Amino acid sequence: MNRLTLKLEKRLTPSPVMVFIIPLISVLLALLLGGIFLVLTGEKPLDVYSLMFVDSLGSKYGLTETMVKAIPLMLTSLGVSLAFKMKLWNIGAEGQLYMGAMAASWLPLTIPSLPAYIMLPGMLILGMIAGGLWALLTAIPRAIWKVNEIITTLMLNYVAILWVDYLVYGPWKDPNGSNFPISASFSEAARLPGLGDSRIHAGLFFALVLAVLLAIVFKYSRWGYSINVIGSSERAARYAGMNIKRNILLVMFLSGAISGIAGMAEVSGIIGKLQHGISPGYGYTAIIVAWLSKLNPVAILIVSVLFGALQVGGYAVQVEGIPAAVATMLQGAILFFVLGGEIFTNYRLKLIRQKGEELSK
Amino acid sequence: MNQSLIQLRGIVKKFPGVLANDNVDLDINPGEIHAILGENGSGKSTLMSVLAGLYKPDAGKILVNGAEEKFRSPRDAIACGIGMVHQHFKLVEPFTVAENITLGEKENSFFLSNKELKTRINELGKKYGLEINLNAKVWQLSVGEKQRVEIVRMLYRGSKVLILDEPTAVLTPQEANELFGNLRRMASAGCAVVLITHKLNEVEAIADRVTVLRQGKFAGVLERDQINAKEMVRLMVGRAVASKYDRDSSPVGGVVLELDKVNALNDMGLPCLREMSLCVREGEILGLAGVSGNGQREMAEVISGLRRVESGKILLNDRNISNLSPRTIIDLGVAYVPEDRLGMGLVPDLNALENLILKKYHQPQFSGRWLLKSQAVVRNAETLVNQYQVKISSLHQPVKVLSGGNLQKLLLAREISSSPKLMVVIYPARGLDIGATESVHKLLLELKKRKTAILLISEDLDEIFKLADRVGVVFDGKLTGDFPVEQADLEEVGLLMTGSCSARERVNENEPAHT
Repeated sequence: MNRLTLKLEKRLTPSPVMVFIIPLISVLLALLLGGIFLVLTGEKPLDVYSLMFVDSLGSKYGLTETMVKAIPLMLTSLGVSLAFKMKLWNIGAEGQLYMGAMAASWLPLTIPSLPAYIMLPGMLILGMIAGGLWALLTAIPRAIWKVNEIITTLMLNYVAILWVDYLVYGPWKDPNGSNFPISASFSEAARLPGLGDSRIHAGLFFALVLAVLLAIVFKYSRWGYSINVIGSSERAARYAGMNIKRNILLVMFLSGAISGIAGMAEVSGIIGKLQHGISPGYGYTAIIVAWLSKLNPVAILIVSVLFGALQVGGYAVQVEGIPAAVATMLQGAILFFVLGGEIFTNYRLKLIRQKGEELSK
Repeated sequence: MNQSLIQLRGIVKKFPGVLANDNVDLDINPGEIHAILGENGSGKSTLMSVLAGLYKPDAGKILVNGAEEKFRSPRDAIACGIGMVHQHFKLVEPFTVAENITLGEKENSFFLSNKELKTRINELGKKYGLEINLNAKVWQLSVGEKQRVEIVRMLYRGSKVLILDEPTAVLTPQEANELFGNLRRMASAGCAVVLITHKLNEVEAIADRVTVLRQGKFAGVLERDQINAKEMVRLMVGRAVASKYDRDSSPVGGVVLELDKVNALNDMGLPCLREMSLCVREGEILGLAGVSGNGQREMAEVISGLRRVESGKILLNDRNISNLSPRTIIDLGVAYVPEDRLGMGLVPDLNALENLILKKYHQPQFSGRWLLKSQAVVRNAETLVNQYQVKISSLHQPVKVLSGGNLQKLLLAREISSSPKLMVVIYPARGLDIGATESVHKLLLELKKRKTAILLISEDLDEIFKLADRVGVVFDGKLTGDFPVEQADLEEVGLLMTGSCSARERVNENEPAHT
């Protein structure tokens, strides 16, 4: 008697083919799963998807909007990827973005008359410091008492968002703003220059520079090497004489600072003022983007554009009466399938034919 | 033959590269306390995990009351009345004692009234003298109490055979005594108690019978009236000392490492080194024998700066290095091969290139102010891999795919290439096959020739007698013996390892002058 059984066998090294193929298949499966839901709600999935595609990537306007959404995703994703590299689970990019935006707004709101060459660098530095300190607040208890940073970074998100709300509903509210939760508009000097006359702003330049910088740090630098060792095995790092506490503080600060840049770029490049709800959750989506990109800075740039497009597509179908949550659902489904598919990079599926007598073996 | 409650016949269990159990037989009778004795790595825990249904044996039979049973999971074993208390407790800390005891019960304990449950547990408690507060949360309990919860849980599930894996390792002496009293009561009530241990004094104190394992094989069984330390040591370490290596007889130099009355605490904050004093000289191998858990690992960590020295001094070439940072100590020329090769000595997910610069990546030879010198890194790895004959298919592969022997060669290559003044190695050949063991030993002798002082910490007396110039014995965080190897006697060292005091007088004469 012959019997066929499936067996998972561990691969000695992750399969490079699978690393490439799985994200592609995952996107297809996510679209399929999303399609089922759309059919169940009485929509035609192909129409919805093509609408999403055309509106996000098929026109100049769509492309611009996609890039506008991609820029804060790139920055926050780069920020969290730095922390993730050391296995510090900073999921507080959202709050760090808000604090960066808040601190950057303080300068034009307090001294509106500064010239651009002082205003913009000043806003950038303030945004970085605020985002960095906000992250550092969780790094200190983590370094000293091993307080779980997942919880603390997450909790501080709400504090940061509500703090900005307090400011724009209270002390920073524009007295001429018909009572909306909006600060006064920044002066022209506090606005990041755009690409030509489009809404794509210099934040894109920050993201590109940071991506290249991080790629070099991760791959070729002495510091990147020690982050890598600490992330892989803290015991080995200690044994090798590395200063783990100092690196926790440094990495968390820089991780938060990069998200702070995202906040600065949003208020300075897009909105031109501080207001309620400046981010639709970029800092959370960043976690997915960083993970899907396997913490590769260049991949982060590409995946951010894809997720930016999803978001724009989601807004587009909303006009047709379909909830924008379609986009969020697809984001979740893609991550779900990628994580599920990861087993095939580390294991191979083997079909085994067993003879009757050998069954017990 | 049928009187035995449990019979294990020809148990074989293989792990990748290791034969953990090789054709082992074991009989357990009701009402006895049965000790399973052996060094670390002799296969005790594996054998008991097979009996408890955690591992499936590759060959062999388990008979319960004479009938063959096949365990697919611990649940099957528990159904046959076999329960195991692990070294690391499997308790849910935020839950109460009562909840932990009933956890995972199949019968609807959900509907079992609290009162009924408590009476049942209290009855058990009274019967065996195991009293516990059922309403306490587990995280509030001391280690000894947690262990009691584990035991009661197993009894509550109707265990007739109770396996305890090194139960005293985490206990204070008072707690251990109390535990032994309880175990005795259980045995008199008809339970069989199986005690995994490597401590001879425990076996002498409590066991009715002892089965000794050596390197995964059955080495012998002793009845109550045959149990004595000498006989057990003979079975544990064997007698055959293999041929010695060609020993370099050049004279040793001055003192390189000196420990002067060093005290230190273990991870649980208990004293693990007590007034430890020893010294190692240039070009000398001091072989430190001892059953693991007597402060060896902590001593290596204290020397390499990974653990705080509470009091006392550590001198490296007359310079006090106690409580300096690990990096300073590395840079002063202390190399350390830890027992945990993969995870501490080497980073599993990094490749050979990266692992081979682990301690020197910050030095000018491998990096500038910011960037690593990748060519130097590659050249370093190619040279070392060739020179130390590490079998590796690619320098870019994570090192976790390498075999134990190649891992150890890689680790030694890195440590030796730093031309250390002092080398600390723990259990360098543990888990390695004969060929790999020999190359590791040759590397150490080569290093000795180059005038490095070597502190060799090992449980394997063969290894120590083959390599060491002097033999020290460590027990309970103290040096209890120190002999030139020519004067050391295998059995005497074995006895000292177990804390037996018969040779004390001789020890005092031979201890270093400063004590």
